[in-house]
Amino acid sequence: MIAVYWQTAMAWLTQLEPHFAPLQVAIPLIAAPICVLIRQRRIAWFFTLVVTWVTFAIAVALLVQVRSSGDISYAIGGWEPPWGIEYKVDLLSALVLVIVAGIAAAVMPFARVSVEREVPNPRIYLFYTMYLLSLAGLLGITITGDAFNLFVFLEISSLSSYVLISLGRDTRALTAAFRYLILGTLGATFYVIGVGMLYMMTGTLNIADLATRLPALQNLRVVEAALAFLLVGVGLKLALFPLHTWLPNAYAFAPTVATIFIAATATKVSVYVMIRLLYTLFGGTDFFATTGVDEALVGLGMVGMIAAALIAIFQRNVKRLLAYSSVSQIGYMVLGLALGNVAGLTAAILHIVYHALMKAALFMAVGCATTQARVVQIEDLAGLGRQMPVTMASMVVGILSLIGVPLTVGFVSKWYLLQAAFVAGDWAIALVIVASGLIAAVYGWRVIEAAYFTDAPEGRAEVAEAPLSMLVPLWLLTGLCVLLALNAEWTMTLAEEAARALMNGAAAGVVP
Amino acid sequence: MIGFGASELTEALALLSAWQALPLTVLVPALGALLILLTGRWPNLRDSITIATSLTLLWLVLPILIDVAQGGRPGNRLVEIFPGLPLAFKAEPLGATFAAVASILWLATSFYGIGYMRGHHEENQTRFFACFAVAIAATMGIALSANMMTLFIFYEVLSVSTYPLVTHSGTDEAKRAGRVYLGILLGTSIGLQLVAIAWTWTVAGTLDFEAGGILAGHVSEVTVAVLLALYIFGIGKAAIMPFHRWLPSAMVAPTPVSALLHAVAVVKAGVFTVVKVVVYIFGLDLVASSTMGLALAYLAAASILIASLVAMTKDNLKARLAYSTVSQLSYITLGAMLATSAGVLGGGLHIVMHAFGKITLFFCAGAIMVAAHKTEISDMRGLGRRMPFTFVAFFVAAISIIGLPPMGGAWSKWLLALAAAEREHVLLLATYMISSLLNIAYLVPIAVRGFMPAAGEGMGEGWRIREAPMFCVVPLCLTALATLVLFFAADPLLAFLEPIAPPTPEAP
Repeated sequence: MIAVYWQTAMAWLTQLEPHFAPLQVAIPLIAAPICVLIRQRRIAWFFTLVVTWVTFAIAVALLVQVRSSGDISYAIGGWEPPWGIEYKVDLLSALVLVIVAGIAAAVMPFARVSVEREVPNPRIYLFYTMYLLSLAGLLGITITGDAFNLFVFLEISSLSSYVLISLGRDTRALTAAFRYLILGTLGATFYVIGVGMLYMMTGTLNIADLATRLPALQNLRVVEAALAFLLVGVGLKLALFPLHTWLPNAYAFAPTVATIFIAATATKVSVYVMIRLLYTLFGGTDFFATTGVDEALVGLGMVGMIAAALIAIFQRNVKRLLAYSSVSQIGYMVLGLALGNVAGLTAAILHIVYHALMKAALFMAVGCATTQARVVQIEDLAGLGRQMPVTMASMVVGILSLIGVPLTVGFVSKWYLLQAAFVAGDWAIALVIVASGLIAAVYGWRVIEAAYFTDAPEGRAEVAEAPLSMLVPLWLLTGLCVLLALNAEWTMTLAEEAARALMNGAAAGVVP
Repeated sequence: MIGFGASELTEALALLSAWQALPLTVLVPALGALLILLTGRWPNLRDSITIATSLTLLWLVLPILIDVAQGGRPGNRLVEIFPGLPLAFKAEPLGATFAAVASILWLATSFYGIGYMRGHHEENQTRFFACFAVAIAATMGIALSANMMTLFIFYEVLSVSTYPLVTHSGTDEAKRAGRVYLGILLGTSIGLQLVAIAWTWTVAGTLDFEAGGILAGHVSEVTVAVLLALYIFGIGKAAIMPFHRWLPSAMVAPTPVSALLHAVAVVKAGVFTVVKVVVYIFGLDLVASSTMGLALAYLAAASILIASLVAMTKDNLKARLAYSTVSQLSYITLGAMLATSAGVLGGGLHIVMHAFGKITLFFCAGAIMVAAHKTEISDMRGLGRRMPFTFVAFFVAAISIIGLPPMGGAWSKWLLALAAAEREHVLLLATYMISSLLNIAYLVPIAVRGFMPAAGEGMGEGWRIREAPMFCVVPLCLTALATLVLFFAADPLLAFLEPIAPPTPEAP
């Protein structure tokens, strides 16, 4: 009997398999309104949990498909590209899909307790609705092969994350969300202006198609301006250093689950978009070499790495500290992708994956501490090293990884970034990279010192360790931070292959 | 000599093969640390585990020593971190020697530490012994690593794991000192050493320690100079000036920590890495021909003299010993920078000799603190009459540090001076000699005045012996005795070390 059901299910799956690409986005997108209808908070939570896990399974299946049978191209509604919308999965996008869906799935078991603590109960189902919408948006950005469709998903994910942030109990969450809304909308507008200019010149919106047409037009000022608009727009979304001002408050005052999810995925997806723009969309042109885009990005990346880390030293709020650390770490990725060699691009892709893992783990640890001991400021961590040993141990691993200490993933990507700097023959860059790590040691150490070497304040009630539903996801991610460093080969091969494919694609485009 | 009866010994003690033992030397102390944490509630059981772990470690190091003495170079690779860059172990004479010294002295320190911590009523003893075991695991990893990446990883583990030991007392002063400690060690290693390692990997395509070095033929004169400076300053644990401040800071730690970690494991890990980099990454020829090598040799010489002079001004015994260590470490760095066979072998030998001498001195300082609660040298006059064993041991170890026969330190200083003479640098030779004189001036009076009557007492006062606990006194007598034994055992030890830098490489 069971065997029959099993066979039917398998047959069904096999039929569905070619449609995994659209399902990747469609499932969370359709699930979101259903979540509104559910209303009951526990059921909404469970429903979201199932949806995210299915989404994650599909993402993994897509990665396996890409590894075994090459890039996937799916014409939505049967309209062949470049006329219709194309969904395109190559190694890079498959990797980003897995990390985004994976984080979303890992956060869900953690979310139940944390969300009930931090979001007003009647609005919890709305939280999960927005969570699903945001996930759908981010996956859509990653998977689509259409420049305008990308804008649509960008808006879906952004609008839903404004709501996610504003659901925080702290009233400052509202101003933080509003600020993000203004700047995020500006970013999206810049992006769509850029896309509009390209459409005006080429008459196409398909990214692959654009890539083949742009080399012939690269002397036109309009195309140059389009690149500028696109980069500034995406730069705003990924919080590239001087455009980062929306990020710290948004991270600090949002509900912890929203912070974990947005910090680990939203900026990473924007970095992915930047890689796509530079290496695929404009890959065939020699803009990279002639316009000074690379130098500008290298410079901004480096300034961000140092400046944001320095600001982080002076933060008292733990989440704000981690937020500035994120801005600094984004600098690593931008620097890596702008160095223009395989090692650098590999480092950037690796850091997308690794930073997602470690920041998610770190914010989860903070979430545990907040739930159990109402931790907001660094001083509130005092004595928790003894009272919440499991949570704090994970925090230490996360911080060591931010610093880039060996045996953590942070070290692996930093190692590749250093290689990239040497390949590029630039000394100063190598020094900036290590200097940024050292500043991370300073702000990270403040947290560790508070947790382990300061006694708990008199009169605080006994603090219990966080529940298992929070600790298991926390240590799942923390464990990955160490395991993927002990055997970096797996992620590294993927990232390097993806980087090479991008480079080769770009190089091939030069020859018309 | 070590080869004699090796097979019988192997059988009698049921020793493992060397390659099997290699990763276990790291794993066993690490597991020991875990057990110590778990048994923290029962102090006697916990401390027995410390002893048992250190005995097991000795049992593991023995087969490695035997194999290396017979010319073997056992290796074991665990996991590939990056393609071509594994986490791997490989024993060679220098590393095996360092591992042996650290594990032998860990046993001594375990006994001593138990006596000291209980005698001194220290808190958080469980954390203390657990971190200690992790530090030893890291030291083993450094000593027996097969490539620079593995070494670097354990180097960092050692820095981080010793931080809780330095800040053990938890006072604000300890925390400040801990920040200086970790700041300098992490700062130099990540800021300079890591850059050097990454650069080496980029130009040489490997980080394996290979006889003759891996850089030769891949780099220009200028690159060698920059890389050498990055390495030498980046290895902060070698405490070459101006990156020496962490060592005096670390003296806020309980004395067993100062004794084993800041006279043996941590600081020796530094100079060990220096020698290792010079011999197996650069190769002697490359360093010998580099002007930077010479410049760094002079810097090391300056370090030797300045640290000795500072030591003379210190009245706190541990602070004086710390500056003495800074000075003695630069002996080894200087030997390595001279890049001759005698310099490298002398440096290797000095790692051993200084370890036994300095740990004895620290043991004595701790014993005095436990028994008489004295930390300042000016208060120690006449104390030798109460603590004769401690003060005799102090005297013996001081003679070894100074480098006078019949103590082990004589040989290493002889070889180092020989190296300076070979390279015809009169100033460097003079540095070694002047520094020995300074050593006499700041070490011997402490022991001698201990036997003089304290102010206001007549010579006729009786000798009422009130020594520190046996757990403290016996280990320090044994290590003092060892400095004497090493004088006579120097020849086989030298023969053991010789393959790392054969005296006449041209001869067939």
